[in-house]
Amino acid sequence: MSDQIQSGPPRTLPIMSNTFTPEVNAEIRRAAATGLYDMRGGGAKRKLPHFDDLLFLGASMSRYPLEGYRERCDTSVTLGTRFAKNPIELKIPITIAGMSFGALSAQAKEALGRGATLAGTSTTTGDGGMTAEERGHSDKLVYQYLPSRYGMNPDDLRKADAIEVVVGQGAKPGGGGMLLGQKISARVADMRDLPTGIDQRSACRHPDWTGPDDLEIKILELREITGWRVPIYVKVGGARPFFDTALAVKAGADVIVLDGMQGGTAATQDVFIENVGQPTLACIRQAVAALEDLGMHRKVQLVVSGGIRTGADVAKALALGADAVSIGTAAMIAIGDNDPKWEAEYQKLGSTAGAYDDWHEGQDPAGITTQDPELAARLDPVKGGRRLNNYLKVMTLEAQTLARACGKSHVLNLEPEDLCAVTMEAAAMAQIPLAGTNWWPGKPGTGY
Amino acid sequence: MQSFNLQTQDLRDLNAALQAQAEETNQTVWEVENPRGSHAVAVGLNAPIEVNVRGPVGYYCGGMNQQATVHIHDSAGPGVAENMMSGTVVVEGDASQYAGATGHGGLLVIKGNASSRCGISMKGIEIVVHGNVGHMSAFMGQKGTLVVCGDAGDALGDSLYEARLFVRGSVKSLGADCVEKEMRPEHLALLTDLLAAAKSDAKPDEFRRYGSARELYNFHPDNAY
Repeated sequence: MSDQIQSGPPRTLPIMSNTFTPEVNAEIRRAAATGLYDMRGGGAKRKLPHFDDLLFLGASMSRYPLEGYRERCDTSVTLGTRFAKNPIELKIPITIAGMSFGALSAQAKEALGRGATLAGTSTTTGDGGMTAEERGHSDKLVYQYLPSRYGMNPDDLRKADAIEVVVGQGAKPGGGGMLLGQKISARVADMRDLPTGIDQRSACRHPDWTGPDDLEIKILELREITGWRVPIYVKVGGARPFFDTALAVKAGADVIVLDGMQGGTAATQDVFIENVGQPTLACIRQAVAALEDLGMHRKVQLVVSGGIRTGADVAKALALGADAVSIGTAAMIAIGDNDPKWEAEYQKLGSTAGAYDDWHEGQDPAGITTQDPELAARLDPVKGGRRLNNYLKVMTLEAQTLARACGKSHVLNLEPEDLCAVTMEAAAMAQIPLAGTNWWPGKPGTGY
Repeated sequence: MQSFNLQTQDLRDLNAALQAQAEETNQTVWEVENPRGSHAVAVGLNAPIEVNVRGPVGYYCGGMNQQATVHIHDSAGPGVAENMMSGTVVVEGDASQYAGATGHGGLLVIKGNASSRCGISMKGIEIVVHGNVGHMSAFMGQKGTLVVCGDAGDALGDSLYEARLFVRGSVKSLGADCVEKEMRPEHLALLTDLLAAAKSDAKPDEFRRYGSARELYNFHPDNAY
């Protein structure tokens, strides 16, 4: 309403609330109409301090840069060096996170395996067991050991290159999962020993152990079954990263996988995704501090996930002390998730490309988060694998570029001293000096 | 007969030796002395061998068993026969929590009592407990059968899927969505076979059957707890 069209006595303009926004009001109306909380996939969408709030300083008088494209900057990383006879050797420090067959189509799982293999890295199963397609197309496959134990069997366990005991995930620390009946095809149901078409609950905690002392024994059992050959990872959500990391190390983990709240899930309550956990940026230094306290930094490897999108994010996570990162949502986008070419169909589903997150409904136009055979057939796993490989290559080149600019001959040589923060929040969370200062909030000895 | 003494020999050597047995092995009977509460004894086996464990074991004895018969001639700690796929595990004494957790197949016999969460998340295993079971037994049980010759504790079969439960004695309380069901001839036949396999002298017609009301199979706001 403009001044020009006002007539009569002066009146206040209509003011939209910053508390009761149109999105909030729409959710209230939806909840009132249905009595159901909102389910969705993906990770936190709220604005959070993130890697964008950190910058590399680059070389200068006191730092000697390496020549871009000419001088060597290695990217290889070895995971699981603590106890496993056969640690995992990766060409790049970027792995593919656990995503289940069931949540994703078989074609999508195959594409992830193909892309990871081309790039020389690992991919990961998910809640629902190991499929022949992903084992066949994944040179290095991490087998998730989850509370539900859907599809869990010793034959597949012995085929794995590593085992990841999932305690929690960043999208829902402390929460279980739900695969709604729309996605429970006959094959998915058979793998999970449940009837077709029913909602499948994934438990929030393991059925046969409680706490870190038990976990130590569980890890012993897994090692005994697999002959101490493969690394045992422990995945935790970004809840209490210092203590969770310390306890996982105490329990005998070879690798800690730390997933911040931007990390995605196949499906859970929106209220959970947006209100539980810590931002990835806030988790890394806490976990590294725990490893350093125990003298285990670089001996027990730290893999960070949750909102990794670019080579800059990779480089920053490594500079903060991670040994590798893991991507889920970004990998899905690389193979075709939320592609604008399906915009008309997203519109029909009441969404738009880039915002589509009703993955649990199984109607994904891109054929990725679905078990519908016609939709799933839209995804060519060979092309999808190539796209993922291209994307991983680009991220690796970007990370190398930044590392060389900081004078590092290996991306793992990046360090906190290479960074500054552009916001107070990021400075505090990452324990990185605010740009132009040598200080961050909470820095020991500063009194703040 | 092969013999292992866990007082003087390593757990790793025991499991490696047992896991190395092929389908056609002629070393079919193994004795394990002095387990002294060791964890992960006789785990990940995959051959038709018989392993007699002469003493109490800790966590996860017989875990993920395939084909083998693991006979524990004493009590068992938590998670005995967890995720068993096939074969048989027998516990002469009592079993701690999570007995037979997530088991996909095979037969678990507990001659004494089983603690809480017996058969939690079971996926096809058959469990016969000669004594009582503790609270939350068969929680989220998906497939398979739990037979309790004694009493069952609180919240039996909470959030049950398709697992079949039979209890001869009292049930302190039923869990969410678990209800008593009609005992039909096929259930009596199943019970007859399982009780015989478990060497129980209980009579099938002394049992009552419980199963899922299937009210929680699809999420509904009125079912939220």
